[in-house]
Amino acid sequence: MTDRQIMTGDEIRRAIVRISHEIVEKQAGTQGLALVGIQRRGVPLARRIAAAIEEHEEVRLPVGALDITFYRDDLSLVAQQPIVKGTDLPFDLNGATVVLVDDVLYTGRTIRCAMDALIDFGRPRAIRLAVLIDRGHRELPIRADHVGKNVPTSREEIVMVRVEEIDGNDEVSIGRQLRAGEPAAAEHP
Amino acid sequence: MSVDTEPAAVAHAAGSAPTQEVVWHHRHLLDVDVVTWPEIELIMRTTDEMKGILARPIRKVPALNGRRVTTLFYEASTRTRVSFETAARNLSADVVSISTATSSVTKGESLVDTIRTLEALGAEILVMRHSVSGAPYLAAEVFGGHVLNGGDGWHAHPTQALLDLYTMRQHLPGGDLRGRKVAIVGDILHSRVARSNIWSLTAAGADLWLCGPATLLRGMDRWATAWGGGAIPGHGRFHVTSDVDTAVRDADVVMALRIQRERMQGGLLPSLREYAARFGLNAERVSRAKGEAIVMHPGPMNEGVEIAPDVAISGRAVITEQVANGVAVRMALLYLLAGAHEGAHAHEAGHAHEAPHAREAAR
Repeated sequence: MTDRQIMTGDEIRRAIVRISHEIVEKQAGTQGLALVGIQRRGVPLARRIAAAIEEHEEVRLPVGALDITFYRDDLSLVAQQPIVKGTDLPFDLNGATVVLVDDVLYTGRTIRCAMDALIDFGRPRAIRLAVLIDRGHRELPIRADHVGKNVPTSREEIVMVRVEEIDGNDEVSIGRQLRAGEPAAAEHP
Repeated sequence: MSVDTEPAAVAHAAGSAPTQEVVWHHRHLLDVDVVTWPEIELIMRTTDEMKGILARPIRKVPALNGRRVTTLFYEASTRTRVSFETAARNLSADVVSISTATSSVTKGESLVDTIRTLEALGAEILVMRHSVSGAPYLAAEVFGGHVLNGGDGWHAHPTQALLDLYTMRQHLPGGDLRGRKVAIVGDILHSRVARSNIWSLTAAGADLWLCGPATLLRGMDRWATAWGGGAIPGHGRFHVTSDVDTAVRDADVVMALRIQRERMQGGLLPSLREYAARFGLNAERVSRAKGEAIVMHPGPMNEGVEIAPDVAISGRAVITEQVANGVAVRMALLYLLAGAHEGAHAHEAGHAHEAPHAREAAR
């Protein structure tokens, strides 16, 4: 077990509150804002940001969930189709400022897929990006507007975000990626 | 939390947990007999997502971008073929459509040669319909890609059975068929739809009744008896009867099958009129089913023979829903099959993508 904790539950909570303020500040209010979480862990994070905004602005922003599976550029490379988690965008995207929310920003390919998917639903006025962790190693010209924590990593490392809604507790840690043939002793819970 | 919401939440978690990890590993889909119940549930969940795509302003996703789907139909078909081709296009696949009437088949080319040629031309997924039972199994032996059975002889029509199952689940509380009475009325003997439905509906736990004239049920009673004795684990008993009122009474689902005119020549049926009088689904017969029962038909219909016109357009009929669901089910199957690579270390690679935390790492 070589996992190293890089964010505690409290730190995650504070990062979410700060991001929620940043989002409202950048928009100069909440007019036209909508949050869209990327499946899976972006969805609870988007809900938390919405709850934080509701607390200090007394406005309930629409929150959606986006599954990017069908937009991935590596479907022909994987051995098994990823299981689809569901898309639910219960509001009109046309003219909205959509803040995409995800747990980890890495190569940027997920975000590219998410933008492609969003645009199939309508024409947002703007798309912004909020992530809990930016771990670098971008392969596409994509950057986040709001970042919980910048974490320098190597490509061999793996960033594990746990959120209470899915995993039972809040925590971010860094571990080493399993190589082929290695026993799965350090399997993620 | 209020106490009365608790059991439902617990039941849902318990019901969904075991199926979460199911991954698709079938290279071909030739019939539903080799598909396990958790795999059927995976198809149903994937179909839900495809329905979501069909409800969007742009009904197209790039999931199979650049993949080549070829439809090879040795038998007349409009709805199945158009349904497959629409499904493939909705996933951005390139579609090549071959009907044997205008192909080299008329010059005497064999099935195996045709399939080898199509593979050399770049076909990756082959959707095939053939009048000979088992033909897709031969195709699967020689074809390097994926074969999807679009109906073979009297044998199997797996996508029809799956779209029927999906449609039934939409209309039953909780999508649960366990203990629900499903009556299939018509020419069971010659029906690939009935045969595939027997596998999927008994796997779903439905109380299945097959009904038709004795001449069109031949052999079914032996099959029913064998399964009644628990011959196939996971597949429950089903019933065979020539009494349509027994079959339909208190049913949740009533399905009529097409009666083909050529059956008259073999002496299996005296006349269409007699069939309609004794077995046709008319309003009076359907009224014996449950009040909320649905009426299904795989099409194309002989209105006035196996189903009365007023029943076919009544509020209970879900026949056009079946057609719409067919596109979504076929999208789900094309998507799942396209990911099943032969020889790939499915477990490892699949895991890297599906382990919840590893997504960014794997991408």
